[in-house]
Amino acid sequence: MSIDKNTVGKIARLARIKVSEEEKEVLSGQLSSILKMIEELNAVNTDGVEPLTSVVQMQMYEREDKVTDGAIPDKILTNAPEQTAGFFVVPKVVE
Amino acid sequence: MANLTHLTIAQALAGLKKKDFTAVELVEAHIKAAEAARHLNCFITETFDAARAQAKEADARYQKGNPLPLDGIPIAMKDLFCTEGVQTTAASAILKGFKPPYESTVSAQMKRDGTITIGKANLDEFAMGSSNTTSAYGNVINPWKAKGSNKDLVPGGSSGGSAAAVAARISMGATGTDTGGSIRQPAAFCGITGIKPTYGRCSRWGIVAFASSLDQAGPFGKTNEDCALLLRSMAGWDPKDSTSVNKPVPDYAATLNKGVKGLRVGVPKEYRIDGTSPEILALWDKGVQMMKDAGAEIVDVSLPHTKYALHAYYVVAPAECSSNLARYDGVRYGQRVEGDNLIDTYEKTRQQGFGKEVKRRILIGTYVLSAGYYDAYYNKARRVRKLIWNDFIEAYKKCDVLLTPCAPTPAFAIGENTQDPITMYLNDVFTIPASMAGMPGMSVPVGLSSDGLPLGLQLLGRPFEEETLFQAAQALEKAANFTAVPQNIVGKAA
Repeated sequence: MSIDKNTVGKIARLARIKVSEEEKEVLSGQLSSILKMIEELNAVNTDGVEPLTSVVQMQMYEREDKVTDGAIPDKILTNAPEQTAGFFVVPKVVE
Repeated sequence: MANLTHLTIAQALAGLKKKDFTAVELVEAHIKAAEAARHLNCFITETFDAARAQAKEADARYQKGNPLPLDGIPIAMKDLFCTEGVQTTAASAILKGFKPPYESTVSAQMKRDGTITIGKANLDEFAMGSSNTTSAYGNVINPWKAKGSNKDLVPGGSSGGSAAAVAARISMGATGTDTGGSIRQPAAFCGITGIKPTYGRCSRWGIVAFASSLDQAGPFGKTNEDCALLLRSMAGWDPKDSTSVNKPVPDYAATLNKGVKGLRVGVPKEYRIDGTSPEILALWDKGVQMMKDAGAEIVDVSLPHTKYALHAYYVVAPAECSSNLARYDGVRYGQRVEGDNLIDTYEKTRQQGFGKEVKRRILIGTYVLSAGYYDAYYNKARRVRKLIWNDFIEAYKKCDVLLTPCAPTPAFAIGENTQDPITMYLNDVFTIPASMAGMPGMSVPVGLSSDGLPLGLQLLGRPFEEETLFQAAQALEKAANFTAVPQNIVGKAA
């Protein structure tokens, strides 16, 4: 399968990345060739093979259910591009 | 006094204990070397002043006779490890100015053991690349040059700044991360040793995430022993990373010289891949002979799904990256580009904050995870991943370690392999299979190409058997006796 300009636009929208018309053209070619490479996987017989989810075969560790961190709003806000009164500031979302 | 920048970590620790020199002198010598080699662009952020202050503290401990295990050793910290109060960029413009309010577990453990970070090392943006040419802070230049050529070569990637810093004798060791070969390939390109331990050996907490099921931290050193010393400090269980494994960390350096008598070294036939330099194939044969001469038993093995590891990787890694990098939205940290509304702000922030390779991978990842394609691409790749994992388990029934080439070519010139993203991806063809299976692997410098560039071989081991891997590497290192250093580096060995 190939990824046309229109599809590049759609996935770029899903990924929240703005792309120009010229970029769409270049990306369509590049992403299509990557996809073509990926599709060589179809030559592998995977019938009855379970997808591998983790290379580590172990029981998940459980910890005591108690608060171990927090109460550091100032630290959390130190890198915010914009903040006010203990909140992150974003462009207006609700009219 | 010996030329301090040419000592190994083990030698430096002995010298510090004997008071042949001080930590201040050791750190100062490396800072001087770093200043003289700024054109290599190894560091995104230099931390010389903090390093000088820490060196004084180290000397005080040596004076009192209670030094830490790695006290006073100057290292480079890949700029993917969050360091409290020190800019951490992941080589991306989107994180310019980001100062983490916390310290990664690995860097905290190294600090606990006394290492001194002299700079945050350059890398490929978000560790995505094999040549360190995708950094928003400029290319890293390999300290090595081909005979009779002045062309700048790549140090490999993604941990290019780390590998170049050790090779150029700017730092005694360095941290790296390896998702598909990002420690092993640059180590090979720069003529040094690097190990990617088993997935789960080091905590990923505080490391900027690329592909979480693959990312693993590990060290670079001039020697195998130095890597063993550094890994002991980096490794260990961390309750803050649920994929880190609760197993004791052995004293790797203590068992290095156990020898390889009776060790079964597997040679996988599928690693004779088209396009590999004949010199590297010849070096591989030589490496096999070296192991045999050292007393190992050579076994032919087969890993039938090797050729599909690269393809599966380019589904799994981009899928995970598209999800991990969703956090860079210009709201909580990092750079923001104002738009007309919230969505427009996100889109412009990410358009301008991410480089080309990162965007390509996010887009491919978004595609393979999108409705209708998830099973055809993502699940297919994870099924193939299971087969790759099975291959290793089967092979390790017949052998204890595997010996393979590390990269298909020596270091190439900056700008080469950039026309088609896939040519660049092929650089990791030998390192990716073990990444997909979570197996430990290391790169050992074994020889020079006809034009004088370092070539490495890769050793792969069973999960959590890094000790065996270090023992095999020690034998290979001893037999190869690789003593070459890059031309034109400051303070050549006496």
